[in-house]
Amino acid sequence: MTVADPQERPFPPGEYPIIVVGSGPGALQTSYFLSRLGIEHALLSADPGAGGMFRRWPFFQRLLSWTKPYAPAERSSRAFERWDWNSLLALEPELRGIAAEFMDGTSDFPSRPEMEENLVAFAERAGVRARYGCRWQSTRREETADGDRFILTTTDGEYRCRFAIFAVGVAEPYSPSTPGIELAVHYADTRDAETYAGKRLFIIGKQNSGFELASGLLQWASRISLSSPSPAKTSIETHSLVGVRARYVQPFEDSALGGGVDILSASIKGISRAPSGALMVALERSDNAMPMSVEADEVIAATGFTCPLVDLPALGVATFGQSKLPAQTEFWESATVPGIFFAGTITQGSAGLKKHGIPPNSGALHGYRYNARVLVREIGRRHFGIVPERPALDARDVRDHLLSEATLAPELWHQKAFLASVVSFDTDDGVRDEGIVPLTSFLDGGGPDAVAMTIEADGTNIYPVVYVRHGGRQEEHALDADPLHDYQSLAYRRALGTILERLTAGASAA
Amino acid sequence: MATRDEIADAIAGMTLFADLARPQLLGVASRFEEAFFPKDARVLRQDLTGSGFYVILDGEADVIADGMKRATLARGDFFGEVSVLLGEPPIADVVATRPLRCIVLGGPAVEGFLVDHPRVMYRMLQAQARRLRGANQRFAAE
Repeated sequence: MTVADPQERPFPPGEYPIIVVGSGPGALQTSYFLSRLGIEHALLSADPGAGGMFRRWPFFQRLLSWTKPYAPAERSSRAFERWDWNSLLALEPELRGIAAEFMDGTSDFPSRPEMEENLVAFAERAGVRARYGCRWQSTRREETADGDRFILTTTDGEYRCRFAIFAVGVAEPYSPSTPGIELAVHYADTRDAETYAGKRLFIIGKQNSGFELASGLLQWASRISLSSPSPAKTSIETHSLVGVRARYVQPFEDSALGGGVDILSASIKGISRAPSGALMVALERSDNAMPMSVEADEVIAATGFTCPLVDLPALGVATFGQSKLPAQTEFWESATVPGIFFAGTITQGSAGLKKHGIPPNSGALHGYRYNARVLVREIGRRHFGIVPERPALDARDVRDHLLSEATLAPELWHQKAFLASVVSFDTDDGVRDEGIVPLTSFLDGGGPDAVAMTIEADGTNIYPVVYVRHGGRQEEHALDADPLHDYQSLAYRRALGTILERLTAGASAA
Repeated sequence: MATRDEIADAIAGMTLFADLARPQLLGVASRFEEAFFPKDARVLRQDLTGSGFYVILDGEADVIADGMKRATLARGDFFGEVSVLLGEPPIADVVATRPLRCIVLGGPAVEGFLVDHPRVMYRMLQAQARRLRGANQRFAAE
C-alpha cells in the first residue's frame, strides 16, 4: 500500500483559517471540497497514509457497502452515486465513481484493501494533501482582538485556527464495565480466524460487528453464543441500515435450525473463570429475569466504539450516547462550542428528524460524503463570504425538476428524511434551485415560500415527501410509494402539480 | 450520560419505569437511544408525521400548540406517545428551553415495547388518566 512520502510534509505548525483533523474518507472529502471552494486549510493526521479505519477494518476484510459497476447510470454521473456507496464525490468527472476501478469482480462489496486503494487513489488524483504522522494531542481556546482561536497541540507543534473540523471517526474500542470484562477481548483485538478452531465462543453484542464475527467464525468455532439485552433485528425487517445487515444473516439461520449458534436476549451479569479454566458468563434473561450461564473458551466484546475526542469534552463539547458522539447542530457544528465542526462518521450525531425511528446514513461513507459537501458550502457562505450558486428555474419546470430529484438524486436516496432538494419562490429573487439542504434547516430556518423534496421510509415503504412553506406556514405531503421507485409518471406530475399550484401561480404572477 | 448502565441508573427512579427490575431496565436502555437537543431545538414538530416516544433524562422543554405555551416538561416526563398510539401527527411542538437529554424510541417500535412491558404500559395509562382528569377539571371550571 502506498504510504505518504515522509519527506513531503505540508502544513507546518502555524495559523490556518481551518484545521481538519483526520485522513479517513470524511476528512478527505471535507478537505477536497474546501480546496475546491478555495478555502485555505491544513489537513493533519496521526496515520501514515490516507484511508482511516479502512486501513485496518472490517476484521474479515470485506465491506458492508456496495458498489455496482454495471448500474443503470454512467460512472461519472451524479445518478451513479446511488449505486456506488464507496466513492468520494468530486466535481471533475474523471474523479467520480472510482471505487469500481479497484474491485476484482468477485463481489459488489469491495474488499478492505480495494477500499483502501480507492481512497488513496482519490487523495492522490484529487491532490488532497495531508500532514501525516502528526497526532492531535490537546485543544484550547484563546480570545484575541480578532475573535476566538482554537489552538491544537500536536506531536509536530501548535496549530491555530478560527474553525476546527474533526473527522476522527468512531474508532476507540468501548467495553462495558461488566464484572470480569477483563477476561474478554474487544472486537478490535480479535485474532486470526483459525485460532478459534474448536473453541466455544461467546460474543457480547448483537450488532453488525458481533454478527460479522459470528459469520466469519462459523466454520471455526465449535459453538457460538451471542447476547445483548434486546432482540436483534435485520436490515431487511427494518427496511433501513438499522439492524444486522443481510451479509451476516447466516448465524440467524443456524440459530433457527439449532445448528450451534445461540442468539440470546439477556444482560451480562459478569464473567468469571471456572476451576476447569473455562470462562463462565453469567446472564439474566430479558424476558423473565431468570439467571442462566454459558460456558465458553473465549469471550469477545463486540460492544462498539466511541469517538476519540481527546479533550474536546473538557472544552465544553457535549456528547451523548454510548458512542460518546458530540451533540451537533443541523450543520454539524458542536451544539455547545461554536466554531468546532465535525465530518465523517461522527456526523451521525446530528440525526435530523429520525422519522419513523429511522436515522440517516451519516455513519457510512455514502451518507457523510454529502454532509461534507453541505458543511463546506455552509462554512463558506457563513464565514468566508462565498455565495453559493442558486441557479434560476422557470416556474413551469419546478414540478418535473423535483420529481427528477426524487427519482434520481443520490443525496435524497442515501440520506432519507434528512437531506432535501429545495426550490425557493421569492417575489424579488424569482424561482431558485437552492440545492441540497438539511431538512431540519429548511423546516426551522424560515425564509421565502419554498418547497423541499425528500425520499423517506417508514419501515414498510419508500416514498417521496413534499414539504411546502407558504405564507409562513408549513405543510407535509407524502406521495404514494411506487414499486419501481420511479416518480416521473403522469400520476406523480398531477399530484405534485396540485401541491405546487399556489407557489407556482405566485411566481408566475411575480 | 452514555452507557446502558448509566441510562438504566437514570431511569430507575422514574415513575414510568418504577416496576422494572435491573435486567429489564438494561433492556429498556438498550432498546431506546439517547438523544441531545440544544436550547431552542424543536424536538417534536406539530403536524409532522413519523415522530417517536421521548422520555426526558435531563433538561426542560415547553409544549407549544399553535404558538401558545401549554405545559413545561422536565426530568421523568414523557411525550410523543399520543401521536404514536393514534398514528397521527403531534398536535403541538415540544421545544427545548434548556439543553435536553432524552431517551427515544422510534414510533414503529413503541407498540412492541409496550406489549413486552405491560407494567410500563400501566404506568403510562395512569399518567394519561391523570392528564385526562386534569383536562376535565379545567373544562368543568370554564
